[in-house]
Amino acid sequence: MLVDLLIILGTILLVFIAVLTGMAYLTYFERKVLARMQSRIGPNRTGPLGLLQPVADGVKLLTKEGSLPAKADKAVFLIAPVMVFVPALLAWAAIPFGPGFTAFGRQIGMRIADLNVGLIYILAMGSIGVYGIVMAGWASNNKYALLGGLRSSAQVISYEATLGLSLIGVLLMAGSLNLSEIVAAQQGTYFGLIPRWFVLPQILGFAVFLVSAIAETNRPPFDLPEAESELVAGFHVEYGGFGFAMFFLAEYISMLAISALASTVFLGGWLGPSIPLLPDALEGIFWFSAKMAIFIFFYFWLRATLPRFRYDQLMSLCWKIMLPVALLNIVLTGIIKLAL
Amino acid sequence: MSSRYDVHELKEQEMVLNMGPQHPSTHGVLRVMLHLEGENIRKATPYIGYLHRGTEKLAEVHKYYHIVPYTDRMDYLAAPSNNLGYVQAVEKLLGIESDVPERARYMRVLMAELARIASHLVWLGTHALDIGALSLFLYTFREREMINDLFEKYCGARLTTSMMRVGGMPADLPDGWMELLGDFLEIMPERIQEYENLLKNNPIWIRRTRGVGVISAKDAVSYGLSGACLRGSGVNYDVRKARPYQVYDRFDFEVPVHTEGDVYARYRVRVEEMRQSLRILEQAVEQMPRDGRWIADLPDYVLPSKVDTMTTIEGQTRHFVLIIHGFKAPPGEVYKAVEAPKGELGYYIVSTGETEPYRMHVRAPSYYNLAGLPQMSQNGLVADIVAVIGSLDIVLGEVDR
Repeated sequence: MLVDLLIILGTILLVFIAVLTGMAYLTYFERKVLARMQSRIGPNRTGPLGLLQPVADGVKLLTKEGSLPAKADKAVFLIAPVMVFVPALLAWAAIPFGPGFTAFGRQIGMRIADLNVGLIYILAMGSIGVYGIVMAGWASNNKYALLGGLRSSAQVISYEATLGLSLIGVLLMAGSLNLSEIVAAQQGTYFGLIPRWFVLPQILGFAVFLVSAIAETNRPPFDLPEAESELVAGFHVEYGGFGFAMFFLAEYISMLAISALASTVFLGGWLGPSIPLLPDALEGIFWFSAKMAIFIFFYFWLRATLPRFRYDQLMSLCWKIMLPVALLNIVLTGIIKLAL
Repeated sequence: MSSRYDVHELKEQEMVLNMGPQHPSTHGVLRVMLHLEGENIRKATPYIGYLHRGTEKLAEVHKYYHIVPYTDRMDYLAAPSNNLGYVQAVEKLLGIESDVPERARYMRVLMAELARIASHLVWLGTHALDIGALSLFLYTFREREMINDLFEKYCGARLTTSMMRVGGMPADLPDGWMELLGDFLEIMPERIQEYENLLKNNPIWIRRTRGVGVISAKDAVSYGLSGACLRGSGVNYDVRKARPYQVYDRFDFEVPVHTEGDVYARYRVRVEEMRQSLRILEQAVEQMPRDGRWIADLPDYVLPSKVDTMTTIEGQTRHFVLIIHGFKAPPGEVYKAVEAPKGELGYYIVSTGETEPYRMHVRAPSYYNLAGLPQMSQNGLVADIVAVIGSLDIVLGEVDR
């Protein structure tokens, strides 16, 4: 009993630390990758190769004084960052890092909770975050923040629809909402060569998912809620110090989470060729992180390359292109599933 | 439910958004009052004057010689063009235009065209940044750095150059300058191609710019727009062709014109202009006399050389008189315009025969171009006004003067 409890607490702690550290270094890698793409050097002063930069950023953000605008709706203003941050972190509860291993005579899964509705749970957590953004936009009593909040609610709600629909094809193929089982369904190869990852049969769904995921996490080229050149900083324009840090952390954590979801659902999660001399558990984590890194890099690449969409164009892209494609994908998957 | 939140008592109303003067994409201190219905702009009114420094008034109490540095501070992204416009007007007033040596004229053209490319590079970078393309900003500033280095090597200053004198140029080109320019001319065409690769056929860029901020040729003329804002609307007017100054009539170059009148057309015009500037530079390098004077031989108006000032009594006296007393200009009034990067930059000087102008007016292209903003941004979205301001390529130092 006690051992079980300790194992659960240990997993939670590990995941928590891994996500927060990963997020911190995500900012470092983003800055390095962007710098390289923009013929700059990037952070290189704090510690060797600038590796302590995230620490310095963290200290700065946490020690800064947060301000409370005089006419703000104080309670809502203070709750809003928490409303964004907590669900972003909670989404990680359902994501499996690896196949699991046996220790203390027990089977230990490399995840916090083995949810039967894992996929829906993650989508739900993503949806809750938008409340925080709308609250922040409203409570700041700032016109830019309000516009940012409005944009964000419209954007996130629209793209949630396509995000959800793009995953239905996967559901049809895997026959489960449990993420571990979805990974298990991708085991094996076609013709002994090509891995049976869902990205191939679900290429349409994958494309829709990718676009929707970027919009869902407010990343460029869909970063309208916080478009610096239009809305200064959008919904979090009035936040400083820790409040801002929460929004910032939440954005990067959801970015990691959505990449993790993409790797799990479309790229076979922890599956990959075995590496000699590496225990199975670590091997799973390696492949899982490698796949996530590809998505993350893609995020950065887009940010360095593309201009920003306009609000109405974003909406028409969602409802006129993404939604029909996602529906078509479901129909096609259904037909193929029936035919086989 | 308290009456404060009673839905039936709430009225629909326009939101008035005060954009600027502190805002990342108002390019300095422009303030625009936006009347919004949701995200749709019903009315946009620019308010100016946050960078007013009274340049025109200051000119009335300064000797002709001393006004040159003030001109730098107007369009600070292309100081040589401003210098050129001013010294040309004074030369016309004095009637010494034909005394300016050949070599100085070519040097002036070199500097003015480099300034045009530098200014367009800043415009392209910031315009793309406004629309959300991050990286281009750093690429264009990387190339602009080369131009700034060229300016620095010539006159010591990178931004506020003050590099022209009444009657010519202050010094000859230093050793190795032409080689540096050659390096620049060599790499620049492919760099411009690189920028175009990122934007020209980018579907998001096209969606954000095509059909946005449209102004018809007729309106563009009646608002007094000039430069790329006018040529983007299909009016073929370039001071370099219409009223050639210096040696522009000797170069073979085209004036890019697009007829759509939208942000994309203005983008295409300016990028093409950079290519044409490179053509002019190449021809100027070829045609330029290898040696000769760089400033007119007119002791009445032109400062003596440093050597003369330091070693001869005549030189020192002349230097003293020109600096302290200045030269007198004949009574009369002149207007002389150059094609600055932003458009037609004209200097109107009235002289009553004194050592200072009686009145100096600057026809600042940015000021007139900004006048088109309300019409261009009408019925657009908030995101559009950012694109439109970017495409006007205004510099507030010049708008407010």
